[in-house]
Amino acid sequence: MSARETILARVRAKLPKGPEGSRREAVELHMAQHPRNLIPERGQGDEAHRIRVFTEMMVAVGGTVEIIDDVNEVPHAVSVYLRDGNLPAVVRRGSDPLLARLPWHRGGALEVTEGPAVDADRASISHAFAGVAESGTIVQVSGPENPTTLNFLPEAHIVVLESAALFASYEEAWTKLRKTMGEGNMPRTVNMISGPSRTADIEQTIVRPAHGPKNMHVIIVR
Amino acid sequence: MDLGAANFKDNVGKALADDKLQHAMTETGPRFVYKRTKAREALPEFDRLRDQARDIKDHVLDHLDIYLEKYEAKVKETGGHVHWAETPDDARAAVLEICRKANARMVTKGKSMISEEIDLNQYLEANGITPVETDLGEYIIQLRNERPSHIIAPAVHLTRDQVEADFRRVHTHLDPKRDLTEIPSLVEEARGVLRQKYLTADIGITGANFLIAETGTSIIVTNEGNGDLTQTLPKVHIVLASIEKLVPTLEDATTILRVLARSATGQDFSNYTTFSTGGRRPGDLDGPIEYHVILLDNGRANVLGTEFQDMLRCIRCGACLNHCPVYNAVGGHAYGWVYPGPIGSVITPALIGIENAKHLPNASTFCGRCEEVCPMRIPIPKMLRHWREKEFERHLQPTSMRWGLGFWAWMAKRPKLYRKATALAARVLANQAHGKGRLKKVPLASGWTEFRDLPAPQGKTFHQLWKERRP
Repeated sequence: MSARETILARVRAKLPKGPEGSRREAVELHMAQHPRNLIPERGQGDEAHRIRVFTEMMVAVGGTVEIIDDVNEVPHAVSVYLRDGNLPAVVRRGSDPLLARLPWHRGGALEVTEGPAVDADRASISHAFAGVAESGTIVQVSGPENPTTLNFLPEAHIVVLESAALFASYEEAWTKLRKTMGEGNMPRTVNMISGPSRTADIEQTIVRPAHGPKNMHVIIVR
Repeated sequence: MDLGAANFKDNVGKALADDKLQHAMTETGPRFVYKRTKAREALPEFDRLRDQARDIKDHVLDHLDIYLEKYEAKVKETGGHVHWAETPDDARAAVLEICRKANARMVTKGKSMISEEIDLNQYLEANGITPVETDLGEYIIQLRNERPSHIIAPAVHLTRDQVEADFRRVHTHLDPKRDLTEIPSLVEEARGVLRQKYLTADIGITGANFLIAETGTSIIVTNEGNGDLTQTLPKVHIVLASIEKLVPTLEDATTILRVLARSATGQDFSNYTTFSTGGRRPGDLDGPIEYHVILLDNGRANVLGTEFQDMLRCIRCGACLNHCPVYNAVGGHAYGWVYPGPIGSVITPALIGIENAKHLPNASTFCGRCEEVCPMRIPIPKMLRHWREKEFERHLQPTSMRWGLGFWAWMAKRPKLYRKATALAARVLANQAHGKGRLKKVPLASGWTEFRDLPAPQGKTFHQLWKERRP
C-alpha cells in the first residue's frame, strides 16, 4: 500500500462511522457554498469610513498613505515620495494596464522600468487587486501585470489602490477574486500585505525592515 | 530524534540556574501577554470568532479523509505535486529526491515546525545540501545548532549580546570593528547576509499554516517577508505540511487567520499572509516553476477519534506558551523536543510516545490559562490529565510517587483514620514551626523546602474548623 493509501485508510478507520454518501455531500455542499463566517464590524461603512480605517491601520503598522482624486496625479506623487525619501528617481513596475497608461512624464525626471524586480531595484510600484480596511491590508495577485517580486525585493514598495477596490473585509476581496478567476481557482500567489517588513525576533523588539521592504506607501485614488 | 523530553526534570534544574535564560524569560515573557490582551480588547467579536474557528476545524477533522482527497486533486489540477509521508523518514526522502532532481546545492528555508519535527536540516547536510534558515530567529538558532525554544519566537531565550557573539563568530567576512550593540544593526547585518542566499538558492522550503481544500492552496504567515523571498526566487518551492492543516474554503481560512495573529503576537494581521497555488502560470515572470507539497502524518491520524483529537485543532500560535507559568519559568528547551509549552506537553507524547515524553504531562500547574487563551479552544489541561492517567497505567512514574499516591488513596478511603492522621500531622507541624508560621525543612518534602518555606498549618484541620463554626 502506498503512503497515501495507508494514511487515508488510517484516517477513515478512526473517524466517526456514518453513511459515506452524506459525509461526502456535507463536504461538497460546504465547498460549493463557501459560506461567510462572522465578519467584524470594524471595516464596515461607507467609502470615507473605509478609507479612514484603512489609513489608521496601515499607519499603525509603519506604512504611509496618501489620498488623491485623479489617477493621473500618481506619477507626480511617486516622484515626490522618492525625492522625500532620498531615493533615486527610478521605479520598477509590471505590465499592469492602469500603470502602463499613466502620464509618467508628469513625474519629471522619474525613470520607469518594466519587469519583475531585481536586487538592485530601490523602489517598485504595483496596482492593488484590493484593499481591506479591517486591518489596513493590501491584496496583490501574481502575474506579469504585477510580478510578486515587486512586493518584496525593493526597499520602497508603492501601491496604487482605487477606492472602489477598498473593501471592508477580506471576504469581499475573495468575492472579487472568484468573479475574476472563476470558482475554486486561484492565481499562483495572492499576497496580503499589511505594512512594511518587520521582525521582533531579538528580545521582542520591533525592528523595520527585516527582509522585505523598509517602506510601504499606499496611494489611494478616490 | 533526540529524546530530551524524558529528561524534563533535569532540564528544569539547568534552566532555573541559567541566568541569561532567566533574564530573557522575565524580560520578554510578559510582553506577549500584554500585546494579546490589547488586540483582543480592540476586536469585540474576538471570542465569537474563536468559537467559529473551533467549529471549522472540528468539521474538518470529522471529514479529514474527504478534505485530503479534495485538496490533493486540486493541487494536481493546478500543476503542483503532493507527496504523502507516513513517517519523518518518508518526508525527508521525498525532499531529498526533489533536491537531487533539481541538482540543488543550497536551499533557503522559511520557518517550519514540520522541518524541526523531521530533523530536515541535519539530514540535508548529511546529504551534501546546505540548508539556510531565513527567519531571523531560526537563522540565529541554526548558527547555534539549537532547537527553537518557542513556536513563533524561536530565539526568545537569547539576549542581544549572545546574538552579537554568534554573528561575530560566523560573519567573519565583515569588519571585526563594526558596531553591533544595537538590535537594528544586528537585523541589518542578517538582512544583508541572507539577501545573497535568497538570490542564489536552488530551492525554497517553507512550512504551511493552512492548506485550503477548495483551491489547493497553501498559506504562510510571516512578518519578515523571508518566507516570500524564500518561495518566490528559487525555481522550486517545497511546502512542508501535516495532514491536520486542512481547512475547507478561503472564507474558513480567513476566519482562523483573524484569531491567529492576535493570539500569537497581538497583531491584527501579520505583515505577510501569502496564498500559494501551484507553480508558474503562462506569462509569469517570477515565482517558482515547480511546486511540491509534502503531506506528513507522523502519528496524527492515530490521534483522531481519541480523547486527544482536539489537539489537532492547534494552529501553532504560541499563546499557551506565553501564558504558562511553567514555560515562562524554564523556557522552551527544557521540554526537550520540538513543541514546547502546554500544547507541546500534549503533542509530544502523542507523536513520540508517552514512554519517551515521561514527565511532560506533569509540567503544568493546571492553572488553566492555556485553555483560556487558546484561539481554538483546545482543552489542554483535560488532555494533560488524560496523559497522566496513561502514565500511571503504564507504570511510568517514579516508584516513590506511585507509593505515595497509593498510600494517600488508601488513607482517603478510610475517612476516620484520615481525619485523625491529618489532625495529628497538622498539630505536629504547627509545633515544629515554633510560632513562626513557616517551616524551613520537612521530612520527605525537600522538593518543596529546598526552594521556599512551607507555610505551617495553624493547628486545626478543615473538618475540625467546620465542626466548630457550623451554626
